[in-house]
Amino acid sequence: MIYLTLFIEFFKIGLFAIGGGLATLPFLQDFAARTGLITSADIANMIAISESTPGPIGINSATYFGYQIGGVPGGIIAVVGLVTPSIIIIILVSQFLKKFKENRYVQGAFYGLRPASTGLIAAACFSVMQIALFSQDLFAQTGVFTDLFQWKHILLAVILFFVIKKTNKHPIIYLAASAVIGIVFHFAGV
Amino acid sequence: MNELLSLFLTFARIGGLTFGGGYAMLPMLQKEVVEAKHWATEEELMDYYAIGQCTPGIIAINTATFIGYKQKGLAGALFATYGVVAPSWVIIMIIAAFISNFADLAIVQNAFAGIQVCVVVLILNAVIKLAKKSVIDIPTAVICIAVALLSIVTDLSPIVFVIAAGVLGVVIQSLKAKGAKS
Repeated sequence: MIYLTLFIEFFKIGLFAIGGGLATLPFLQDFAARTGLITSADIANMIAISESTPGPIGINSATYFGYQIGGVPGGIIAVVGLVTPSIIIIILVSQFLKKFKENRYVQGAFYGLRPASTGLIAAACFSVMQIALFSQDLFAQTGVFTDLFQWKHILLAVILFFVIKKTNKHPIIYLAASAVIGIVFHFAGV
Repeated sequence: MNELLSLFLTFARIGGLTFGGGYAMLPMLQKEVVEAKHWATEEELMDYYAIGQCTPGIIAINTATFIGYKQKGLAGALFATYGVVAPSWVIIMIIAAFISNFADLAIVQNAFAGIQVCVVVLILNAVIKLAKKSVIDIPTAVICIAVALLSIVTDLSPIVFVIAAGVLGVVIQSLKAKGAKS
């Protein structure tokens, strides 16, 4: 029963993959190797599509994977399997927090957790920045210092930073504008 | 509007407009959930992200479940969570069925490269907003900077940082309480 297999496999991934969408990748590769239901070319294609469409990467991957194996129901069931452990665990954590919200130790823990959470997000921002604004590969090839920077991209980032500060509209407006600018000025170089 | 429907639609909008995973969702959550709907505070959002990092599952889903559950219990958790995934279902299946070379299209690559720049700036703004609420004294500033630097230069899992920072928080607060007493 392919749907049951999909549900169980993705339930396991949801249970064991900690820390975001890309953490599910090794599990998907293992699943592919074990079952032979999907090839490594499929996985490469899946990553490319998941990263260039909206939505959480883990959910996009599960949908793509499930769809390739079991059509529309497959795509839906894979995602249901993936999110079910989260729903159960987070509800348990929520109940615990509600009960112990005023507890001295819980409050102390959050006092430390919040700046750590901010720091982790700053680090994630840094790694996206490396990909989006700099071209380390080109620099490694040519050794020319100015090749390290993607000038067009950096200019857009600086402009956006000030425009967003000034106008503070919904993020989708800036995303849409950036997509158009990317197309008009060939941001990917193609 | 019915609050469950409102949870579903709001999170569907967030899911459909998020490019690049859980962190990229943060600016949307601040705008929609904190500023527009008042379903959570900036502090709560940070708590959810911290917990979402060290519990199994995808951060975006964990955060949606937290907020949905807080508003409307189990039903709220389900509506918010399936709201986040609904756009992925539609978009990915259409692409998988009809466009075999989607990611290779020049227009997609160029648009995405532009979007990526915007995502960097949006996350940077989100970090600044969060830092104003979470960095409130010297110890929290040290924790924030140390975690950021260590997670850039080492391969340690976020779980390590979250647990260490939680323990440190308890210790610092206990010491402060002791200092205040004596």
